[in-house]
Amino acid sequence: MVGLMAWVSGIVFGLGIILSGMVNPAIVLAFLDVTGRWDPSLAWVMVGAVAVGSLAFAIAKKRKKSYLGESMQIPGVTKIDARLILGGIVFGIGWGIAGICPGPALVLVGSGSLEAIIFLAAMLLGMGVFEAIQQKHQ
Amino acid sequence: MNYPDLLSWHAMAGGLAIGFAVTLLLLFNGRVAGISGIIGGLFRLQRGDVSWRIAFILGLVLSVTSWKFFFALPEIQIETSHMMLILAGLLVGFGTRLGSGCTSGHGVCGLSRGSSRSFVATALFIVTAMMTVYWVRHVFTN
Repeated sequence: MVGLMAWVSGIVFGLGIILSGMVNPAIVLAFLDVTGRWDPSLAWVMVGAVAVGSLAFAIAKKRKKSYLGESMQIPGVTKIDARLILGGIVFGIGWGIAGICPGPALVLVGSGSLEAIIFLAAMLLGMGVFEAIQQKHQ
Repeated sequence: MNYPDLLSWHAMAGGLAIGFAVTLLLLFNGRVAGISGIIGGLFRLQRGDVSWRIAFILGLVLSVTSWKFFFALPEIQIETSHMMLILAGLLVGFGTRLGSGCTSGHGVCGLSRGSSRSFVATALFIVTAMMTVYWVRHVFTN
């Protein structure tokens, strides 16, 4: 049941990415190009998603278990440290170069795009490098 | 800029769908729909923690197939060179794991739960991405 729900959630998430326009890196780059021909439409994706998401989190915070009896795993970290700042900057540079973030990358791979497969392979490698460094320091 | 460009209904509708997906995963599975975190968790295999991640990722990949059942896929333009795609991918992969989140985890979910940490991260990666686009499009090309 948990697996089925995750699958449905993934599909709905992906349909949202396609419908919103975020699936097209050119639209993402136009949203980020504030000094050029700026297309602010993608700001509405965040408005819509947070409007629904904030209701979900308000409900979730009052519950100890999910509807399927799983424990609620909501992040509790609040500290704003160098890792968060540096990670945000590194991600921002990568996002600004190609206009692709992890969600759209997976959807684009589903469309069969060679560019997306190249991007995803590099993204997984970047994650692997992080894990390798992380495990070395533990 | 004209009014229809300013208020994009399909972007808003897509956002509502994303919010709905976040709701499903949170209220039924008790999990936050942060995509970089869901992929990243597969690098540290733990019993009982693998199949839901793969199911979610497969859903995302297969969403294109479900979409094509009803509509034509919108135009997709990737003009970035393969070398730059590799660089971008490496930075996105490393950066999202270092900063513990991406557009979905910090952006959508973090802002939805009112996390100031996620607000800082989101503001930072959006501003950095805007500055990067400025450099790539308006400085280096001239």
